[in-house]
Amino acid sequence: MKYKVAGLISLLAVLISIVSCESEADLDFKRYYSAGSEVYQTHCQNCHGAKGDGLSALIPPLTDSLYLKNNQSNLACYLRSGLTGTITIHGKTFDDKMPAADLAPMEMAQVLTYINNSFGNKLGVITIDRVNADLKSCK
Amino acid sequence: MKKLAFGLLIVAAISACKSNSDKKYLPIYGSKQAVTKTVDGKNVTDTIYQTIPNFKFVNQYGDTVTKKNLDGDIYIADFFFTTCPSICPIMARNMLKVYNTFKNTGDFKIISHTIDPKHDSVPVLKKYADKLGVTGSTWWFLQGKKEDTYSLAENNYLVLVKKDNSAAGGYIHAGYFVLVDKQKRVRGAYNGTDPKEVDQLIEDIKTLQTEPDEMIAQ
Repeated sequence: MKYKVAGLISLLAVLISIVSCESEADLDFKRYYSAGSEVYQTHCQNCHGAKGDGLSALIPPLTDSLYLKNNQSNLACYLRSGLTGTITIHGKTFDDKMPAADLAPMEMAQVLTYINNSFGNKLGVITIDRVNADLKSCK
Repeated sequence: MKKLAFGLLIVAAISACKSNSDKKYLPIYGSKQAVTKTVDGKNVTDTIYQTIPNFKFVNQYGDTVTKKNLDGDIYIADFFFTTCPSICPIMARNMLKVYNTFKNTGDFKIISHTIDPKHDSVPVLKKYADKLGVTGSTWWFLQGKKEDTYSLAENNYLVLVKKDNSAAGGYIHAGYFVLVDKQKRVRGAYNGTDPKEVDQLIEDIKTLQTEPDEMIAQ
C-alpha cells in the first residue's frame, strides 16, 4: 500500500513536470509571438501590410510558407542587412530593395516568430540563440 | 391639441434635419474674394474662390501634363517618392482602393507628385506604376522641378493642412490626399495613411460627382 501511494505520487510528479514543461515552452512561444506582433507593427507593417499581403508587385507578401521554410536561417540576415536582388514569392518575382531593419537580435527572434506563425504560416519559434547563430554565418 | 402640435413640431424638426443631411455639400477651401458685378442694372455679389494655378509636369508616359489636362475632372493630388519606405506604401495601398473604385468613371483622376525628381525619372515612375498595377490615364505619376512641386503643395494643395499641422515643413511628407473639384477648388484633405479617412474620401468623391451643374457654375 505504501509503495502504491509512493508510486502514484511519483507518477503524478512526472506528469505535472511534463505538463508544466509544455506550458513553459508554450509560454515562451506566446512571449515571443506577442512581442513580435508589436515589432511587426512598428517596423514591418507599413510595407508588408497588416495581413502580410505586401503591395502589388512592389513589396512581396509574407504568406509564402515554402519560401520562409527554405530561408529560415537567412531571415535574420535579411533583417540586419536588408535584401537586394530578385526573389520569387508565390511564383512571382520581386526585385526592389528591402531596407535593413534596425533591430536587436531579441526583436528579430520575436518578429520572425510572429511572421513564422501568422498569415497562414506555421513554422514554429525562432529563438534568440538561433538568431545569434544565424547572424554569425550571414553571407 | 397642444401636445399634437408639439409632436408635429418635433417630427418637422427631425425631417428637416434629415433632408439637410441628404443634400450634403462639401466645403470650399482656400481664400475667398467677394466681387460685385452689375447684371441687368442690379448689383450682384459673387464669391471668387481660390483655384489651383497652372502647372507643367511630365507623367509616367513622358507626356506633358498641365492644368488643362484635368479639365472636367474631379481629382486627387498627393506627394510621394518611389523609394520612401515609411508611409508611402500605406498611401499607395490606400490610393489603390480609391483608384479601383473610380478607374472606370470618366471624370476622375489621381495625380501623384514625386518630391524626389532626381531619382524618380520618367522610366522609374513608369516601372513603379506598372508594378503597382496602374494602367491607362486615370492615375498619373508626375515629375517636374522640385521647387514647382513644393510651391504648388505649400501654396495651394496643402494650405488646408498647413493650418492644422504645426510641424513646419513636415506636412508635405504627411501623406495627405487632397480632393479638388472640376473648378480646381480644394474641397477636402484626407490622411492617406488612415483607411477610415480614405473611405470618407471615397464617399466625398461620390458626393462631388452628384453636385448639380448650377453649383459647379458658381
